[in-house]
Amino acid sequence: MARTLINAPSAARRGEVIEIRATIGHPMETGFRAGEDGKVLPRNIIQTFSCRYNGELVFSAELFSAVSANPYIAFHTVATESGTLVLSWEGDNGFSQAESIQLAVTA
Amino acid sequence: MRRILALLLVCLMGTAGAQNPPPKDSRRSGFEDMGAATQAMQKDDALNPGMLWVQDGEALWKQPAGASGKACISCHAAAQSSMRGVAARYPAFDTGLGRPITLGQRINQCRLQHQQAALLRPESQELLGLEAYVALQSRGLPLAPSNDARLEPFRQRGQQLFAQRIGQLNLSCAQCHDGLPGKRLAGNVIPEAHPTGYPVYRLEWQAMGSLQRRMRGCMSGVRAEPFAYGAQELVELELYLKTRAKGMAMEAPGVRP
Repeated sequence: MARTLINAPSAARRGEVIEIRATIGHPMETGFRAGEDGKVLPRNIIQTFSCRYNGELVFSAELFSAVSANPYIAFHTVATESGTLVLSWEGDNGFSQAESIQLAVTA
Repeated sequence: MRRILALLLVCLMGTAGAQNPPPKDSRRSGFEDMGAATQAMQKDDALNPGMLWVQDGEALWKQPAGASGKACISCHAAAQSSMRGVAARYPAFDTGLGRPITLGQRINQCRLQHQQAALLRPESQELLGLEAYVALQSRGLPLAPSNDARLEPFRQRGQQLFAQRIGQLNLSCAQCHDGLPGKRLAGNVIPEAHPTGYPVYRLEWQAMGSLQRRMRGCMSGVRAEPFAYGAQELVELELYLKTRAKGMAMEAPGVRP
């Protein structure tokens, strides 16, 4: 399990724009670098990030070799109803991680 | 007439001196020379990648290790109170060994003696995590190196090493960090080398690293053979640098470009 730092409000008013910020610990090995033995290190990156709000896709991103290690992603969404936001990262070597956060929406 | 003038001058100087506030600390942390984006990254715990290592450290603090089945928390209780100000005092003198040791070395010593656990490799995610977690408890406190008299010869050797020319470029630490701070080395501002934020998340490393890693980087930069991790010389240099930065605020886990 990779380590994550997620920062999001736990409550918001309906219609309010909220910011979600997430960092995940990942080497993001580019696939272009050579190791100490001179051989190219195999690529190991996160390829996609997505956020589903009560099942609906509200944000997604594709990541490539040029993205730094421990990538930080921040995005906004509109608080519509109380529920769960599931953040998921998927990448090389079957890497897959999902973290969920609860959001309470008041009228 | 001349005597009266001289007296007047003395009086004027006296009043001017009394009105001046005490001299401000002119030392600069490397933080002040960073760009606004990197500063923001350090200041916001939700953004600071060093906090990933702090998470590791917090988990390890509570996790039993070794034959003793004890965790750090079993003896030390909550780090928030027991470890407050601890990182600000290191390197400290170890009576058993008869020499100063760093915070990382102390953690490993605790693992070996009290937990009967395997030593953590220098620069490993686990050791840096524990160091970062302990150092975080001193954030904002002034660096307060121990004034144990037994440390003095080691501190002096550290100072000597700081001024010692090394490597093919024949440069000492002092030539840049005492002589030319604020000027540039290629595109980078030369910092005053105050170790306030260690262990730091360095963007160039894309990872956390200790002060020893940083010093070794400088040594290979002047094309000298770097001292091995844990070498006495690196501990002495750290001791001197901490004394040089005495009173400056701790920033760990810092972020550096």
